[in-house]
Amino acid sequence: MDTKKMAIIATKGTLDWAYPPFILASTAAALGYETQIFFTFYGLQLVRKDLSGLKVSPLGNPGMPMKMPFGPKWFKSINWNMPNAIQSLVPGYESVATALMKQTIANNGVATIPDLRSLCQEAEVKFIACQMTVELFGFDHSDFIDGLEYGGAATFFEFAGETDICLFI
Amino acid sequence: MNFDKELDARGLNCPLPILRAKKALAEVASGQVLKILSTDPGSVKDFAAFAKQTGNELLSTAEAGGEFTFFMKKK
Repeated sequence: MDTKKMAIIATKGTLDWAYPPFILASTAAALGYETQIFFTFYGLQLVRKDLSGLKVSPLGNPGMPMKMPFGPKWFKSINWNMPNAIQSLVPGYESVATALMKQTIANNGVATIPDLRSLCQEAEVKFIACQMTVELFGFDHSDFIDGLEYGGAATFFEFAGETDICLFI
Repeated sequence: MNFDKELDARGLNCPLPILRAKKALAEVASGQVLKILSTDPGSVKDFAAFAKQTGNELLSTAEAGGEFTFFMKKK
């Protein structure tokens, strides 16, 4: 039987959207898939050496429940959704939301992004960064983790054309 | 049931139980049995799917008090 293959294009650069590509890639690798992730546009944030800049923003995101990760059960179940106009005026609102999200992640036994990324690397998931976006956003190769390859759309298609599963995230 | 290695994945959430199981299976020989403990309700379907796709045999799945126990035989 030929080895199954999966390719993912990761285009989002926030803490919440960092999860799908790394969860799917690490699981695919565990299932024996040869896996590749192509990081482009804001997705480049996921392969930076420093991941502390990954944040989550409830602003303009009506799908995001805002719940407290501590306190008694009745308190945790309250949804603290606020109007966008108020969110946008409060300095540090995004940082507070990110800190609460990280606590919720820890409370639920969900892996951190640095952990999931290392698990992908250990499982030999291939990471490719879009060279065009690296230049467009003024990044330098030294901003990114080792083991990253740099290429363009043609590089992506070379592998993607042979895959069983191909996702745009 | 007899087993050769035990993996405690309690408190961990998707996809960690699967990733840890994959790692633990790499440390046992073919035909040996891995016992896995988990509290993730999603892991019931996930371990069945993992076994089906990797060729390892899921010998049994049991639930008691919100805790799941799996026995998996390495291919």
